[in-house]
Amino acid sequence: MKVKCPDCEGEIKVPDDAIAGEIVSCPDCGQEYEVYFEDGKLKLKQAETVKEDWGE
Amino acid sequence: MVRVIITYDRIRVEEKALQRAGESLGADVRLIDVKDSFIDITKGEVNPEVLKGDVVIQRCVGHFRSLYLTAILESVGVPVINPFYATLICGDKLLTTLALRRAGVPTPKTIVAFTRDGALKALEEVGYPAILKPVVGSWGRLVSLIKDVETAKVVLEHRELLHPLYQIFYVQEFIKKPDRDIRCFVVGEEAIAAIYRYAAPGEWRSNTALGGRAVKMEMNDELREVSIKAAKAVGAHVVGVDCLESERGLLVHELNSVTEFRNAAPATGVDIAKKIMEYAIKLAKK
Repeated sequence: MKVKCPDCEGEIKVPDDAIAGEIVSCPDCGQEYEVYFEDGKLKLKQAETVKEDWGE
Repeated sequence: MVRVIITYDRIRVEEKALQRAGESLGADVRLIDVKDSFIDITKGEVNPEVLKGDVVIQRCVGHFRSLYLTAILESVGVPVINPFYATLICGDKLLTTLALRRAGVPTPKTIVAFTRDGALKALEEVGYPAILKPVVGSWGRLVSLIKDVETAKVVLEHRELLHPLYQIFYVQEFIKKPDRDIRCFVVGEEAIAAIYRYAAPGEWRSNTALGGRAVKMEMNDELREVSIKAAKAVGAHVVGVDCLESERGLLVHELNSVTEFRNAAPATGVDIAKKIMEYAIKLAKK
């Protein structure tokens, strides 16, 4: 499915089997978003940026 | 049917591979995003409901999230991969070195200091070039190759502006390795696969997160032995053991409790996700 970028209104393609927490990025502005669901509806929010304790 | 919970905060290739592997083995696998969850830790039972399972594979990319969530789940009797103490130790390079030394696993020479002056003496003692690492951190972040005392002073000055944890100075000898290190994957009591990680051009650190390249390594007895011993030393179920080749044989320098394997699985041809899932299912049935 296609979702409008909250920042630049570019067209972001989200896979149909997307899972909450999955990261998508806008092909126009490069901003990264995280997929989440509210009342069964797919939405996007700003993705977390890398934190000091991230890793494996 | 065994219910396997995979907790995550960011979906990576590994989490999807684990889910597929679990389903192919007939388990009821639930991927749970725990980022926004809130948990009553005085209830004495697993909550929220979605976290109820026979075993949990902890896959949060945030180390402290991973650590504290594991503590909470273990406190109500849920087996977690990895256990709390293993996560705690693997998440801290100083504690890792202590555990390895106690278990007789060879490590690079390491000196710890608590002030700038102490760190300068430690570097002098180890000899330049030396490596200065933060005790907590991953993907090679802030790991510094210090070539001389002038550079040391600058790096230490910068460190003083950071969180107090960065004033625990962990100084390690620089092993003149062939531009690579080794990552060996241990699941349970078995070393299942190993790769060489070649540093990317213009980079001395071989972390694949920094563009390092994964190449299959044929495991030998020495690697199997040190890796399994290292995993046992920290009490980990599933762990990525990082080793350096040296004149003194293999030296273990780091353990990864939420190990990434997206590059290693195709390079080695080993279905690492499946091995982990088989182990998780066995652990759940115990």
